[in-house]
Amino acid sequence: MIVQALAFYLFAAIMVASAVMVISSRNPVHSVLFLILAFFNAAGLFVLLGAEFLAMILVVVYVGAVAVLFLFVVMMLDVNIAELRHGFLQYLPIGALIGLILLVELGMVAGAWVISPGAGAAAHLPIPPPDQVTNTAALGHVLYDHYVYLFQSAGLILLVAMVGAIVLTLRQREGVRRQSIARQISRRRDEAIEVKDVTSGSGV
Amino acid sequence: MSLAPDLAAAAPELFLACAAIALLMLGVFRGDGAGRPIMRLSVLALIVALLLVVFPMGGEGIFFNSLFIKDVFGNFMKGLVLVGSGLTILMGWRYVERERMDRPELPVLLLFATVGMLLMISANDLISLYVGLELQSLALYVAAAIRRDSLRASEAGLKYFVLGALSSGMLLYGLSLVYGFAGTTGFTDLAAAFARDAAAGTPVSLGLIVGLVFVAAGIAFKISAVPFHMWTPDVYEGAPTAITAFFAVAPKVAAMALFVRVLMGPFGDLVGQWQQIVVFISIASMALGAFAAIAQSNVKRLMAYSSIGNVGYALVGLASGTEAGIRGVTIYMAIYLVMTVGTFACILAMRINERGVESIDDLRGLSKTHPMMAAALAIFMFSLAGIPPLAGFFGKLYVFLAAIQAGLYGLAVIGVLTSVVGAYYYLRIVKLMYFDEPTEVLDRPIGREVGLVMGVSALAILLFFVMPSLVVDGASAAALSLFAG
Repeated sequence: MIVQALAFYLFAAIMVASAVMVISSRNPVHSVLFLILAFFNAAGLFVLLGAEFLAMILVVVYVGAVAVLFLFVVMMLDVNIAELRHGFLQYLPIGALIGLILLVELGMVAGAWVISPGAGAAAHLPIPPPDQVTNTAALGHVLYDHYVYLFQSAGLILLVAMVGAIVLTLRQREGVRRQSIARQISRRRDEAIEVKDVTSGSGV
Repeated sequence: MSLAPDLAAAAPELFLACAAIALLMLGVFRGDGAGRPIMRLSVLALIVALLLVVFPMGGEGIFFNSLFIKDVFGNFMKGLVLVGSGLTILMGWRYVERERMDRPELPVLLLFATVGMLLMISANDLISLYVGLELQSLALYVAAAIRRDSLRASEAGLKYFVLGALSSGMLLYGLSLVYGFAGTTGFTDLAAAFARDAAAGTPVSLGLIVGLVFVAAGIAFKISAVPFHMWTPDVYEGAPTAITAFFAVAPKVAAMALFVRVLMGPFGDLVGQWQQIVVFISIASMALGAFAAIAQSNVKRLMAYSSIGNVGYALVGLASGTEAGIRGVTIYMAIYLVMTVGTFACILAMRINERGVESIDDLRGLSKTHPMMAAALAIFMFSLAGIPPLAGFFGKLYVFLAAIQAGLYGLAVIGVLTSVVGAYYYLRIVKLMYFDEPTEVLDRPIGREVGLVMGVSALAILLFFVMPSLVVDGASAAALSLFAG
């Protein structure tokens, strides 16, 4: 028990600290790297909760794909952070006010939250007991059994999005030098180099 | 749990999706020259899918954990959508090749759009509704913008995309409200819950009505009903004519089927709540379609306003909320499909010196230069104006009769008045063709496919009154199936 509590406080403390660093570090690349650290710690918290599938997905999808994409964008765009910080103090009061209002609203929602009495009974998919089914299997059951129709349709939508993006952006440009591996490796010595006998003192 | 009955029920959709993917692979490996064979194969795939719809495997019912419904209404509408898609792809291809946009992806995208329409028609859940709608729209956004080098086409594609995304947002907001207040997304459960509330006399919650309004607004966007019609004329005018013809036919039929399915299925017991909305958008669409079209000189813009007006007439049937009304909507959409396909076949044939022209004035004296085409176009225009004994008259007759039976006298009277106003601009085209002198001669030949589609649809419109039972019986069975459950 004590190990779990220690692990929780370790993960939570590092996560909060790195989250603070994400918004406070001066270099955007460092921000993204701290974001990745926060994701790893969140994954650790999910493992502690017994949600091992979510933990793995968080690492694979968010760290592996999303954060690396962020990193590429940040590195390629070369954002001037000093310029972005300009006028920070000027907008601080109104930003703080909006944040405060949102916080109060959140508190009001959380305070008055009532779960509909019939909601549990109306659910189509009762939650399986966790000691019998791993949550990977439970999620897979929902996704590939119950909602296989929607899963496949969503896959078609993504395919159309990909085809559409390629159709609208790919264009054949003139004068592009393409690599032809077959031609490269079929070159022979006598086609590629020419031996010249240069007399000394006269140049080529 | 065996998936076999589910797969058999969705056989047309599955076949079409697999065919689209296979054709995509063919296009990838054959390169840009493969446009024509892929177009032919995609029309063939649509024909096979139509056969699968007409001769279904397995019975009717609810499949895929009540996400998918298969019934007579769905089959009828799917048949219309497949016919519309097939005809518009077939007749538009020559235009597509002439304008050098005959890329293999175009027919594949149109096939995916058709799959989306079939999914929409078969939706039995709020989520499958949205997924189908989005599949259709996404493919169509790309098709609208497929001519990247044309400023107007790009503008049309962008406008369509932004406004379509806006309407999807409204629809999703409405769906989330409905889910939040009803606690379920399944159409069957929603219908049961509302029937229970109606029997117990519980008033409908306000949040649910707000959600219903947003859902109606989102779908009204897709069928381009007033006040959500703003995108239609610009997109119709800007998009390449072959794509416009596709837009005007199958997606309209599918979205109308979806509107009918949503309002009559889960929200059938809330008819008192949505009837006034449908009456309003119906009157507004009919009026705007009639009056705004008068000043148009571009024939594609004219057809855009005409389609807005036609959607208004179809909604008259839906507004009545009765079985006769739904029968009217299905008949109207079937006839609208044939008239629109035929008219766009004529527009595709409007070329001068190998260049497409779109002005109404280019039709001057068509009866002297192209007597057959002029006769066909005259038939379509008389039919759109609703002059007996052409098919368009019967379409309007059925929806207005349903409205009168449901006691919506005002709606029926306004409908008749606006169709009189609409007759002005339809007949103006006939007058230009038959009583004016030709200025420039349109190119000939008009093309085999275009001529064939034009002739067949003109004959269908002309001879509808001989055998109306072909369409009316199917539509009656379709409407009955919505009220059986």
